[in-house]
Amino acid sequence: MPELLEGSQSVARAVAMCRPDVVCAYPISPQTHIVEALAGMVRTGKLKHCDYINVESEYAAMSVSIGASAAGGRVYTATASQGLLYMTEAIYNASGLGLPIVMTVANRALGGPINIWNDQSDSLSQRDSGWLQLFAADNQEALDLHILAYRVAEELSVPVMVCMDGFVLTHASDVVEMPTQEQVDKFLPPFTPRQALSIEHPGSIGMMAGPEIFTETKYLAHRTMLSARGVIEKASSEFEAQFGRVAGQLVRPYGDTRADDAEHRPAQSDEIVVVAMGSVLGTLQAVLPVLRAEGINIQLLGIGSYRPFPNQRLVQAVGEAKRVVVIDRAIQLGIGGVLSDDVQRALGSKPVTVDSVVAGLGGRPITEASLEDVLRRAAKGELEDLTFMDLNQEVVGEAA
Amino acid sequence: MVKVNIPFMQTGTLVVGNRLLDKEDRTVQAWRDRPSSLTHGHRACQGCAEALAARWVLDTAMDATGGKLMVANATGCLEVFSTLYPESAWKIPWIHSLFANSASVATGIAAVNHARGRDDIRVIAQGGDGGTADIGLACLSGMFERNDDVLYVCYDNQGYMNTGAQRSSATPPATRTATTPAVGRDPGAPFGQGKSVPKIAMAHEIPYVATASVADIRDLERKVRTAMSHHGARYLHVLVTCPLGWGTKSCDSIKMARLAVRCGLFPLFEAEYGEVTDVTPIRDRVPVEEYLKPQRRFAHLFGPHGDEVALERIRQMAERNIRQYNLLGEEVAA
Amino acid sequence: MVTASAMLAQAGFAGGHQVQATPSFGSERTGAPVVAYTRFSDAPIRTREPIIVPDAVIIQDPTLLRSINPFQGMAQDGWAVVNTRESPDEVREGSPDAPSAKGHLATVPADDIVREYLGRPIPSCALLGAFAALTGSIKLDAVADAINRKFKGKVASGNIKSAEVAFQWVKDHAGHEDIGAPNGIEHVAADLPSEEEMPAPIIGTPEVVNA
Repeated sequence: MPELLEGSQSVARAVAMCRPDVVCAYPISPQTHIVEALAGMVRTGKLKHCDYINVESEYAAMSVSIGASAAGGRVYTATASQGLLYMTEAIYNASGLGLPIVMTVANRALGGPINIWNDQSDSLSQRDSGWLQLFAADNQEALDLHILAYRVAEELSVPVMVCMDGFVLTHASDVVEMPTQEQVDKFLPPFTPRQALSIEHPGSIGMMAGPEIFTETKYLAHRTMLSARGVIEKASSEFEAQFGRVAGQLVRPYGDTRADDAEHRPAQSDEIVVVAMGSVLGTLQAVLPVLRAEGINIQLLGIGSYRPFPNQRLVQAVGEAKRVVVIDRAIQLGIGGVLSDDVQRALGSKPVTVDSVVAGLGGRPITEASLEDVLRRAAKGELEDLTFMDLNQEVVGEAA
Repeated sequence: MVKVNIPFMQTGTLVVGNRLLDKEDRTVQAWRDRPSSLTHGHRACQGCAEALAARWVLDTAMDATGGKLMVANATGCLEVFSTLYPESAWKIPWIHSLFANSASVATGIAAVNHARGRDDIRVIAQGGDGGTADIGLACLSGMFERNDDVLYVCYDNQGYMNTGAQRSSATPPATRTATTPAVGRDPGAPFGQGKSVPKIAMAHEIPYVATASVADIRDLERKVRTAMSHHGARYLHVLVTCPLGWGTKSCDSIKMARLAVRCGLFPLFEAEYGEVTDVTPIRDRVPVEEYLKPQRRFAHLFGPHGDEVALERIRQMAERNIRQYNLLGEEVAA
Repeated sequence: MVTASAMLAQAGFAGGHQVQATPSFGSERTGAPVVAYTRFSDAPIRTREPIIVPDAVIIQDPTLLRSINPFQGMAQDGWAVVNTRESPDEVREGSPDAPSAKGHLATVPADDIVREYLGRPIPSCALLGAFAALTGSIKLDAVADAINRKFKGKVASGNIKSAEVAFQWVKDHAGHEDIGAPNGIEHVAADLPSEEEMPAPIIGTPEVVNA
């Protein structure tokens, strides 16, 4: 039955249905509502057999998660922005130890200057950390992806970040379909760790690896990441069978209606393909019919899995298109968009122009009007390689 | 094991042969079937007192918990010399994550055990003085204040010995280290700096805090047993000689750790909920010089170009400890 | 404020609309101007842009009328509820952008109402009652239901009573012979400082007001 819920509340409920043993987090906006809700559920006994640990920092939050996961527990944490950076050392350790922790990243800008609002610089800065990164376009996907994330994480023995735009999704009240506990239990069996601390079978975890074995360790981690694509797709189709909804597509094509999504065909040579990640996909869906009515042939693709990056699926979906526009909510200084880099690399062998549009940094609203404008210009081939949407020329001293 | 003042003085110290004691009063290390939690084959230096102390602490804890023990280890000498893939010297469930986070990792392990109704499985976190007093202090303080069911053991060799003997905040004043060289007007580590983690631990009012020396195995084992008899956050601070970092002979590690106690520079005490409950009195007190002089890290204090001013300040430190903890067991005026 | 926006969405949802409620995300502290947006639609709502052209506004703090223009971007036949003792025409005098269409601007002394029936100066629910009376796009029952989901006991009953009184006030006082359900209400914003006049970022602890 559909319910109206704040994004954070629906995610918290979904996490609780995954029956975590330990929830450990340090408060940071815009993640707070999620962990507050979980702390409440543990206190009231709605979430049983679970310890909620209040820690002194994000570094400790991830470290407690590491210990709990290594001891064989199903573990949840959440963070954003500076908090993600503060736990960076432990983030790499968690993936290196192959611990299937699931963490929500309520995507938020990185300072300085300090900024609490949404963009995606935080999790994208961790793209090489060995964590999977699944991106939610709306709050239904956000809650569904958490259930899927545990399934994928535990199958691969690799940690997963579920990324949802901070405030834009976490604090928005939307109508969502909550699954039943029965459905979740069917989809997500109890956690059987691949390795764990055990008094019956004592072993050492986290040993030093010398030069003679380190390359091989990283090669195997790389191979796991490559195999993750297939694991996500399989979990995604099982998810659809169990819940009757799509979640966890590596690349999601958007038709005019949800029904159209399924009948997606690769883009034609006269079409422009827009690629984006996160909540801006919603606004883009609102914009596309307007542009199509103006005679602009345009398709929309959402990146659902940033790590592993869906190279092959993207190549297929882009088809014969000659122009791809990437809406990027993060920037690599001196280089350009972050996602557009990945897109460019994936499409490397194709004769295609990739326009990078950096938009919505630090909570700058992405309006339909601005998207329409930038995509009209893209259709005319007027975009430069890198465009800063809605840049105030006066502030940067480049007014005409 | 009860606390007894054993009357035997075989070597002029507290050491006593286990064969002279009742069986239940013998140390775990005297057993034929001791757990050997940290077993042979590791790569520690000759005379490494950290390796000894870790083995003694964990073997005792293994016995106290009936073998239901998990250990989180900070980065440091102990971790490096005991594991190098594919070999491990640990015969217990053991995890190393990072330098600063062993207290938090232990919290996580304890949390899962608790969530699954396995509070009988106990958790120890351990690290060196750098991983405890410096980089890991935030995680340690968090574990203390939450009163998580973890015993944290600090093996204090008074510096960053794993990286070549640099100064930590547990390095004593006047110590020559790689980053406090014995040159200039005030050679060695500065006076007026550094911290006492046992006192910091006591300020958290946790159930149990104790200091111990690797020179007194009976005292050490008894304190581990006491610690394991409590639940909640506990802290054990063990002084361990580092022949390499201190510039002492490998064969003198126990002797040096004993002299540190006997001169008053390393007081042995226990505290519960923030209050000192017991003190090990100094027998046969020695001047600080007897402890300092054999160590190359203090060589600049002695000889024709010695530093009498620094020596006097160190004597005063010992005097303060003796006064504060009543280490000579004198009657305290009401 | 944020709660009001979510309750408005809840009431709309109960009325069979697709809804979305989004607070504007600020680091402002209690008492600072805050804006929250609610969308109603009969088609699925996909867009995530903040509401720039509201169909309706609910102004909780009338002092905002003197410092900013909360009606910016509205059509003359938009809908507005203002918490004030002034009459609609008095509001129009100082706010040229306020809806000029007859019966599209309602004023209600919500502060007075909640003081009497709720005992705390939080007029949100009373204003939702007034909004229901003005536009008919949500039902008074649905407002009461939304309040019951959010609050319990005396706070719930006080808020429901306040909403009912405010509802009746608008029906009685406005003399709006043309009050009725507007067709195609899609955007409702509340307590809206214009974008340009949003407070500058506060450099300090990053937290949001939890209304």
